[in-house]
Amino acid sequence: MSLLTVTNLTKHFGGLAALASVSMTVEVGERRAIIGPNGAGKSTFFNLIAGELLPTSGQVQLEGQDITKLPVNERANLGLGHTFQRNNLFLGLTTFENVYLAVQHHQGITKNIFKPAGQFSQVTAQTTEILQRVGLLEQQHEVVSTLAYGQQRALEVALALATEPKVLLLDEPTAGMSPAETTEMAQLIENLPHSLTMMIVEHDMDVVFSLANKITVLHYGQKISNGTPAQVRADPIVQEIYLGAGYNENVSK
Amino acid sequence: MTSLTEQMGLSTWLGQKRVKLGLIIMAVILALIYPYVSSLYFLSLAIEVFIFAIFAMSLDLLLGYTGLASFGHAAFLGLGGYILGYISSRSDLALNLTSNILITLPLVIIGTALIAFIIGFFALRTSGIYFLMVTLAFAQMLFSIAIRWSGITGGSDGLAGVARPVIGLGSFSYEFSSRPSFYYLVLFFFLLSWWLLRRIVNSPFGWTLRGIRENEQRMKALGYNTFRFKMAAFVIAGTFAGLSGMLLVQFFRHAAPGNLYWTMSGQVIVMLIVGGTGTLIGPILGAMVIRLFPLFVSSYTERWELLLGLLFILFVLFAPKGIMGFLGVKPSTLLTQEKRPSG
Ligand SMILES: Nc1ncnc2c1ncn2[C@@H]1O[C@H](COP(=O)(O)OP(=O)(O)OP(=O)(O)O)[C@@H](O)[C@H]1O
Ligand SMILES: [Mg+2]
Repeated sequence: MSLLTVTNLTKHFGGLAALASVSMTVEVGERRAIIGPNGAGKSTFFNLIAGELLPTSGQVQLEGQDITKLPVNERANLGLGHTFQRNNLFLGLTTFENVYLAVQHHQGITKNIFKPAGQFSQVTAQTTEILQRVGLLEQQHEVVSTLAYGQQRALEVALALATEPKVLLLDEPTAGMSPAETTEMAQLIENLPHSLTMMIVEHDMDVVFSLANKITVLHYGQKISNGTPAQVRADPIVQEIYLGAGYNENVSK
Repeated sequence: MTSLTEQMGLSTWLGQKRVKLGLIIMAVILALIYPYVSSLYFLSLAIEVFIFAIFAMSLDLLLGYTGLASFGHAAFLGLGGYILGYISSRSDLALNLTSNILITLPLVIIGTALIAFIIGFFALRTSGIYFLMVTLAFAQMLFSIAIRWSGITGGSDGLAGVARPVIGLGSFSYEFSSRPSFYYLVLFFFLLSWWLLRRIVNSPFGWTLRGIRENEQRMKALGYNTFRFKMAAFVIAGTFAGLSGMLLVQFFRHAAPGNLYWTMSGQVIVMLIVGGTGTLIGPILGAMVIRLFPLFVSSYTERWELLLGLLFILFVLFAPKGIMGFLGVKPSTLLTQEKRPSG
């Protein structure tokens, strides 16, 4: 049984088919990149899997269970982690508090209504550990709205990591980052345990080809290619439609 | 724009734990000896301030911590009062059962919690301006019920002749008949409420509420069933408001429909805006300012509510974080910074 099975997933926005009958399976430990030009439907695809959007038709299964109609929070509790293309953080809270919120839910202590949050040493310890991992420990006391953009981006990933998901959906984790920050983030993602199944939307082809062991290409909401990096690179349809859009040099180097 | 106290270096001083603790202990000691130095009139004012401070703190849990702008919080103030009144009023309409707070308090708590659950069940499906309208509508509905259902509520007259609270257990019984004794009863409930709410907002549950305030969608994406937490906050806030309503009716010995009216919901929002939300202390200061406000202005004008509106607008425009913001006191953080960078 595949970890994630998507069958004929379709999403219409008015007359626009943002996603048109896309099917795929993702196995445990896979690192799947989803690529495609702007507006291809990549974020829509992730939002449908994570439950931020409900599909017009089609089905999503996680470990054989139909989750197509489950609300976001229940999918998260089943092991779907999602980072957003646009930072989606708790801007008025500190960096530490942001990660703490993810960890405290994961450790199941949120029903505690009386004991000060800071006294749950396992939660604070794991929060610190994650901050360390993404390189934000020095900024832990800072209010998130005052962080640099790249740091907010790292925090976006930290929140999803903190829930220890089975499937991690990363929507352009390096978008808007400086080259140095991109390298660091790619390193961080690369070093995640290989047992963690990952799907990543990424425009940086260096990152895609160094990270992914499977690639799916979307174009106008349709899946036009699917396979190993070598297969996708050699696919004539990809060459014709997608690589023509200016990615040619990046992909073929 | 830095606040005045920040320029004076006062805010770092106020931010220190020792200073805070010292100020709190001083305030509590002052409150304890107050009846010995105050006239009866000023003692009554203090009682009112403490009762409204409980009411305002309870709304802060919703508005300040959870980001739920309820414009119908008077529903619970009024309801708590009517439940108490119905049990302990000497009026023919009421049960005239007992004024023993060991019985009346649990009934007030259960009653307001139940109604809060029902109102929350519907209101919490909406958000923002719709939530505001729905909570307002429910409170106004309770108001019209109180006016119309005169066989039980006494209509626009309300329930008069509410018995003084008694605490009785077995053969022991004490009546809070003197004003100072009632003052201490209110002070006790005020300190208890403040302590309980402080524990609540600093717990993992309390941090969950802040997360919902900041970004409910992301909380869901992290796996939180946010509806449940909002419901819990709504019910807790409702019961503390009910407690304050109970004390108010015990104080005036009269359960009146005005306690359910939308102006009461508005007044408590003004208290929060003036004091500063999300701090618990702010609403206490706000309750003080608003309830003592007529003292200073009634000699100039009868229309103090108009001036209240003006005060509200001034705060919104020039001190949106209220008195607490003006003093440079920031909401507490989860981790205390052991070493603040000096300078
Ligand atoms: N909520 C929405 N309402 C209407 N149209 C939408 C909505 N979300 C996305 N779309 C449209 O659906 C199409 C796919 O958008 P999507 O964000 O999934 O693309 P993408 O592949 O993630 O693009 P990018 O690389 O720019 O992030 C686009 O044409 C977009 O304008
Ligand atoms: Mg996108």
